[in-house]
Amino acid sequence: MKQEELNTKLLEIKGKLIDVEHKPHNRIFLLCESENAYAVNKFLFKNVALRFITATGIDSDDCFEILYHYSNDETGCVVTVKAFIRGRDNPAIESITPFLPGAEWIEREIHDILGIDFKNHPNLKRLILADDWPEGVYPLRKEAKK
Amino acid sequence: MKETIKKPVLAVGPFHPLQEEMEFFQLTLDGEKVTDIDVRISYNHRGIEKISESLQFDQVPFLVSRVCGICSASHPLAYINAVEEIAGITPPERAQYIRVIINELERIHSHLLWVGLAGHFIGYDTVFMWAWKYREPVLDLLEEITGNRNNYGNVRVGGCREDIPNELVPKMLKEMDKVDKKTAMLTNAVLDDPIIHARLKGVGVLTKQAAIDYAVTGPTARGSGVAIDVRRDDPYAAYADLDWNVISQPEGDVFAKAVVRLLEVLEAVKIIKQALKKLPDGPVTIEVKEIPPGEGCGRAEAPRGETFHYVRSDGGNRPVRHKIRAPSYVNVPSFKASCIGEDIADVTITLAAVDPCYSCTERLAVVDGHNKILHNYESLLQMSHEKTARIKKEIGAPEWKLEDI
Repeated sequence: MKQEELNTKLLEIKGKLIDVEHKPHNRIFLLCESENAYAVNKFLFKNVALRFITATGIDSDDCFEILYHYSNDETGCVVTVKAFIRGRDNPAIESITPFLPGAEWIEREIHDILGIDFKNHPNLKRLILADDWPEGVYPLRKEAKK
Repeated sequence: MKETIKKPVLAVGPFHPLQEEMEFFQLTLDGEKVTDIDVRISYNHRGIEKISESLQFDQVPFLVSRVCGICSASHPLAYINAVEEIAGITPPERAQYIRVIINELERIHSHLLWVGLAGHFIGYDTVFMWAWKYREPVLDLLEEITGNRNNYGNVRVGGCREDIPNELVPKMLKEMDKVDKKTAMLTNAVLDDPIIHARLKGVGVLTKQAAIDYAVTGPTARGSGVAIDVRRDDPYAAYADLDWNVISQPEGDVFAKAVVRLLEVLEAVKIIKQALKKLPDGPVTIEVKEIPPGEGCGRAEAPRGETFHYVRSDGGNRPVRHKIRAPSYVNVPSFKASCIGEDIADVTITLAAVDPCYSCTERLAVVDGHNKILHNYESLLQMSHEKTARIKKEIGAPEWKLEDI
């Protein structure tokens, strides 16, 4: 998809976003609240047909961020959906695996290391932590011991 | 009373001398057909993303070159691309060309390694010995340039640590001619071999739609008709200045992936020769004082596909978050689409076709707790007869009876 076409497409989901940041090197960041992340991701994958790269989970002290990275391979543009999960108690977000099987592992991984609950994930088992790792200890949270 | 099913489960892994990494596959079987497959990974989780947060920006390349032994040029390069994006740095031209040369040498040795292993998996050890023999001079070149056969440690924020001496260029060109000739010969031999056709064609097909849904990259995607390549789509280093082709095949089977990799070796030779001939003069690095706050998405096309690094800086001397996504992370889970419905004998090569290697039949376990015994001795024998009849029909083999002899 050409860049102008992509920019026009992105206007369709403007109502679900907090902000759109265009950065140098052909990078676009779409900021949204966690409850809108499912709709924005589904739009990018199904309607815009971007390629899913991976997701990044970040503990930013006052909130959790889940970054969903997509690639528009025709222009080399990386589109990142930055979803904010406000509040540190029982963080949760809707899973995108039901329509994007390629996201299964990364959601399981973020669940392991940050303790984020991916709602409606078909198979939210442990991926990278050992079976005997204690429950409720999340190694990539800020409070985890170094 | 509830009936109990005994479903045979075949364990592949987690440890085998052929495997690069530990992965444990559980194949649920119906006769010789695979009806379901599950995987357990992370027997060797090293916490690299967490360690990276405790290192300075300049130290991280040495850490990430150890994410994977074979991709020890592409991981640091993807990281450097992300950091240089944050800092808005453009390294000197000569450094860009050296990055290309080292990364393409890595691609040649990795693809030849895979071709050899794939030959070995299907019991074709001649291919194994040829491919690995031709790979060896490539490793020698890497050692001569960087000091190491793997873990080159040559890339840094702002350029490269070591230059390629101009005196070495003629020797490298000569070696590349040899690699070109030998790989072309190997490629022709492999593509012309009826046994390899019979063994790999139509096996482990990953359809184009499945390739998109599982978001696979690299030769796994290009073998299924998804012609993506970060080197062309989001050019970094000096790839935009060079003339080469993205190889892709529509079939999606193991044979298509083999063809893609073999032809990519020839393209890599083409790229290296051009880069050596055009190698600009000048310094190989610039001084970088600090990395400003910001975030960057760095990508590099590793032999197995797109390597993605996300780096966030708060203006300090260490990354506050560094996410790494290696290509196998998206390529391996596509086994759900390519292995179910295949014969056991084809599953190991299908799993290996995405290029992590494993091929091990550890033991056959029987798992209780389902519904009833599916097959007894007679029905298994019947299935075996049916399979023989099917193969005989396919290859047109004559009937043999004991009485005729």
